Amino acid sequence: MKFGVVVFPGSNCDSDAYWAAVQDAHCEAVYLWHKDNVIPNDIDCLILPGGFSYGDYLRAGAIARFSPIMKEVVHFSNKGGFVLGICNGFQILTEVGLLPGTLMKNKSLNFICKYVYLKTENSDTAFSSQIPDGKVLKIPIAHGEGNYYADEKTINELIEHNEIVFKYCSQNGEINEFANPNGAMLNIAGIINKNGNVLGMMPHPERASENLLGSDDGLLIFNSLKRNF
Amino acid sequence: MEKYQASIKIMLKHGILDVQGKTVENSLHSIGFDTLQNVRIGKFVQLEVAAESPEKASELVGSACEKLIANPIIENYEIQIEKIK
Repeated sequence: MKFGVVVFPGSNCDSDAYWAAVQDAHCEAVYLWHKDNVIPNDIDCLILPGGFSYGDYLRAGAIARFSPIMKEVVHFSNKGGFVLGICNGFQILTEVGLLPGTLMKNKSLNFICKYVYLKTENSDTAFSSQIPDGKVLKIPIAHGEGNYYADEKTINELIEHNEIVFKYCSQNGEINEFANPNGAMLNIAGIINKNGNVLGMMPHPERASENLLGSDDGLLIFNSLKRNF
Repeated sequence: MEKYQASIKIMLKHGILDVQGKTVENSLHSIGFDTLQNVRIGKFVQLEVAAESPEKASELVGSACEKLIANPIIENYEIQIEKIK
């Protein structure tokens, strides 16, 4: 399996994503520059990594969404290619319209950088199939704008089509207000599109891909993707 | 083609919690401005636009707001167009 890690000016988790894909998940990976107009044919999954593309100017992800490569990213996903947007990558995916809703400023206004716990709400996806039933994932977040918001109609659609994949929870898996770090609606940490090939999440699985980092739960997402090939 | 100055005011839609506004309001209260209420914080963008008429200018800026300058999911925007003399 081969990953393509898209690098925008201001991305800062591109190397971590590359490392997790190659060193931890034992896959191939290449970097793709945001000005590229072509996505190589042998790429199976694109990663839009975390960071602060274009300095988060205007709104997080708002300008990156118009980078030349994004046309190709949309085309790639329309053909069924897998796309994983992590943190800033998730913000870019909502701005470009591949995922519904938006990420607003954290309710506390703080930039929050810490481990959180996640419950998998849908393990029947290409990104979550290897997560054992009932397992609470420990994966860090690092963001100032991760407060997921969508209108009522969109939220109902997400629920109806089982598109909510990860929710913030307590250490023992309870989903409540205290476990919600940023004010996200319904504790939403990650969602998938209707076709099941585009996933966006605020937590950083690539920063939790080996025990040395404090957790290797994030590797389950890479391993789930690997199972499709 | 005439040149126009566009002023764009972007505010969070009503009903969406404005955490910045709330925080500034709390701070104002803590320094004695008890009677100041409902602080809301938005963005202000100015730009110049060349167009045949103020209506065309407004239309063009409106489409730029929809596409990039504002996030229509959570934000409203108001455009003012003034001819540059």
